[in-house]
Parts: sequence; C-alpha cells; structure tokens
Amino acid sequence: MTNKTPIIEAANLDKFYGKFQALKDISLSIQAGERVVICGPSGSGKSTLIRCINALEYHNAGKLVVDGIEVYEGSRQIRKLREQVGMVFQQFNLFPHLSVLENLTIGPIRVRKMNKSDAEKAARECLERVHIPEQAEKFPSQLSGGQQQRVAIARSLCMENRIMLFDEPTSALDPEMINEVLDVMVNLADTGITMVCVTHEMGFARKVADTMMFMDNGQIIETGTPEQFFTAPKTERCQAFLQQILVH
Amino acid sequence: MNQTAYKYAIPKAPLWSRVFASTPVSVLIYLFVVGVIVRAAYTGSQSMGYNWQWYRVPKYFYTFTDDGFQWGEIAIGLVKTLELSALAFLLAVVIGLVVALLRLSELLVGSAIAAVFLEIVRNMPLLVLLYLFYYVLGPIFDLDRFTASIICLGVYHGAMISEIFRAGINAIPAGQWEGAKSIGMTTSQSYRYIVLPQSIRFMLPPLTGEAVNMIKSSAIVSVIAVAELTTIGRNIISDTYMSFEIWFTIALVYLVVTLILSIGISYVERYYEVEK
Repeated sequence: MTNKTPIIEAANLDKFYGKFQALKDISLSIQAGERVVICGPSGSGKSTLIRCINALEYHNAGKLVVDGIEVYEGSRQIRKLREQVGMVFQQFNLFPHLSVLENLTIGPIRVRKMNKSDAEKAARECLERVHIPEQAEKFPSQLSGGQQQRVAIARSLCMENRIMLFDEPTSALDPEMINEVLDVMVNLADTGITMVCVTHEMGFARKVADTMMFMDNGQIIETGTPEQFFTAPKTERCQAFLQQILVH
Repeated sequence: MNQTAYKYAIPKAPLWSRVFASTPVSVLIYLFVVGVIVRAAYTGSQSMGYNWQWYRVPKYFYTFTDDGFQWGEIAIGLVKTLELSALAFLLAVVIGLVVALLRLSELLVGSAIAAVFLEIVRNMPLLVLLYLFYYVLGPIFDLDRFTASIICLGVYHGAMISEIFRAGINAIPAGQWEGAKSIGMTTSQSYRYIVLPQSIRFMLPPLTGEAVNMIKSSAIVSVIAVAELTTIGRNIISDTYMSFEIWFTIALVYLVVTLILSIGISYVERYYEVEK
C-alpha cells in the first residue's frame, strides 16, 4: 500500500437519528486501492458509515471527502460522486421489472449516456466476471439469492466505479450460496479497485483485507492489519466480539 | 384394497354447508332472488297501471328511414358522455400526477399546496364544486358549460387519482430508490425508469375504478344542461313520459360502458405484471 492521497477521508463525523447517535466522531482515511473490512456487532453504525460514503445518508457534523468531492446535503456533486462509488446492498435491490441485462445496462445508458450496443457488450463481460453469462435474459425473480447478488455486483461493475461499497452482501443469503458471492468478491479485490466491505465473513476478511476496522456503539474502536487484528486484538471489546464469532 | 385405504381420511364439512356451497345450488338461489325482484317490479307496475312502451325505445338509439341511417339521441348523448369523461380523465391524470409528485417532494411549499388542494376538493360535494366552476369561475374566465364540466370533473377526480398515484409510488420499497441512486440516477430518472414502471401495476386497478367513477359522476353535469346521456334521458322523458323504460335504458347503457372498460383493463393489467 503506497501512501498517496486518500480516496476516502473522514474527519470527526457525527450522525444522529433523532436523539440516537449512530456515528460518534468517526475519523478514517482510506487509500486508493485499499481493501477495508468493517465488522462489529449489529447497531454499531457500520452500515450507516458506508451509506454516508455514498450519500444515501448525510452526516450531521464533521467533514467527509470521497474521491475529491465533499459530501454534504444539497451538494450539486452528489450524482458525480455516486457515479464513482458503487454499492452492493444486503437485499440486492435489483430492479424486478427489468431483465438481468437491462439491470446492468440502464445505468451506463441513462446515466453515462453510453449507446445501447456498447453497454450490452460491456454488461455481458461483467456477467462473465461474476460467472453467470447465461442468465442475461432472465428476470431477477428467476434467479437464486446468490445469483441475484452477483448480478448486483455486476451492475456496479458496469458503472466502472473506482470505489465499491458492500453492505453485508452475504447476510441475506442461504449458507450454500455465500461462497459463490465471496469468490466473486475475492476476484474483484485483485483488480485494484478500492473496496469498503461491511461483513461478518472473517475468512474472506483474512484473505483480502488490507485493513480491518472494528466498530462498536458508533465508534471505530480498533483499526489494524488483519494479522494483528485476528491474532492480537488490542481492546477487550474486540477480543470478546472475535471470540463470539470465531468460536463456532 | 387400494393404497389410499391406509391413509387417514380428512374430515368432511357438514352436509348442509357442502350443499349450499355447490355450484348448482348457488345458481338456483341466485335465479330465485333475481326472479323475486323482477316479479315484484312487474306486479308493482301492473298494479299502478303503468303502460309499458318498450317498442318506442329503439328509435332513440338509431333510426333507419328513407333518408338513410341516423344515430338517435341516446347514442349522441353517449358519445358526449364518453367525450366528456375521456377529456376529464386525461386532465385528472395530469392533475393527479402533479399533485402526487408535489406531495411526495421534499419541498415544504409543494407538499403544503398539494395537501390544501386535496383537503378542499375531497371535503366538498361534487355538486357544489360544479356550481362553483360553472356559476362562479365560469363567468370570470368565460368558460362554456362543457369546458366548466371538464375542469370540474378533472379537478375532483384528479384529487382522488393523486392519492392513487401516491399510494402506488409509496408501495415501491425504499431499496429500489437506493439502487437507482447508487448507480447515479437523478430523482426524475429514478421515477421514470425504476419507480413508475413498477408502480403501474399497483395503480391500474384503482385507476380503473376511478375511470368508472368518472363516467358515473359525469351524469351530474346534467344539472347545468350539458347534453350528455343523463340530460338526454330527462329530455326524452319530458317529451314522452316513458320514465320507466328510459331510465332502465340509460342505466343499462352506463352499465355496459363501465363493464366493457373494466374487462378491457383487466387485460392491460396482465401485461404489466412484473413476474414474466
């Protein structure tokens, strides 16, 4: 990891839902090409944090700069930001009225103004990369959960984003489908794209993460390399968490 | 013995409920009820000495004389009703969409305007609204009775339709918006390519209902003498005193039109089903 300017930089972010404070004084810095895995108990603010990066939620205090664009509510650059940042959701959020191919091409055609045949060619290549080229003409409801999630990843790939956010991408899947999605994500990690991934798949984290972050109660409690994180966690809270999820 | 003999037999419903639920019995009960109503109407009119003159009705649909084929008054009135309803429905859809989008927008002014419009229109009798448009706004803006009727019906049903649109749009899960936003779509692109195409299947059934309502409530403009179906019916009766025959006929014409509409839309609904 080289020390270039960070592609995602946050300083002292706070986020409130009414009186509940979801993020407390979050500061972080992520380099281009870095692969970050965020874990922590539910309700700890992991999802809120990555949704702030994509401007699906807005922080209430602090400064957040993503790919040179400052994120704040009402910014005219939000769309430009979202074009650079792909997002894969826990519930896939595919468009059920469009075929798989149309799901992939609607962004490039309508947002990037690409022509249809180029977009379709690129979309088929993306489907190739997630190992389901044969499903292009089907509708999302005809696919298994794992296939739907891979389509969702391909949809982000088609936008040729520089940053990909994953919000618990395997949590809604049947156990036997988790690996097919993780395989795709491992391949993706090798392409040099910046990845920020909220997940509890510790095997995956160990394999691809450059940096592990542990969140609890709206704060980043621990940051470190996977090696250090898994073998010698510094804080007690983190040790307890790892014991809980690694014991089985 | 065959295999099924070993299986546990599912208990049956009591005999009387099976008899009542069977199709032939249902049909018999239905025919009996209809028969009683028809007979009551017939004997009732007999006892008041009503002189049925059904043979005089067809000429109000069409005549075929030496001059050739001519549409009758009821046919002309029906066309006027359909024209009025169609124009008012178009206007209502436009008003409905604008009001729904205003209501859902993040602009405080927009949602306030929409809410006030809705409350005013929904809490006023249609007849009063029509008088307002014809007797108050009519002279001010120089509206003829047909235009005033279109605008009145368009505004009234526009309020209803805006609620249908709003419900249809709200029925789309938030994840669809987030998916659309995450690939960089603007709000209007998200509406156009992602949300509205999916909302249509939620909107079509209640919209059909509203179109049927529109045709029915268009009868109210007979009070300002727009020459549509109901007005024509009243005129014919004042000439002929055949109130039973003509009102039965007019009712049947409305019924046939709205039924055709409902059946037609059920085909369109099948087209917009998401699971293909």
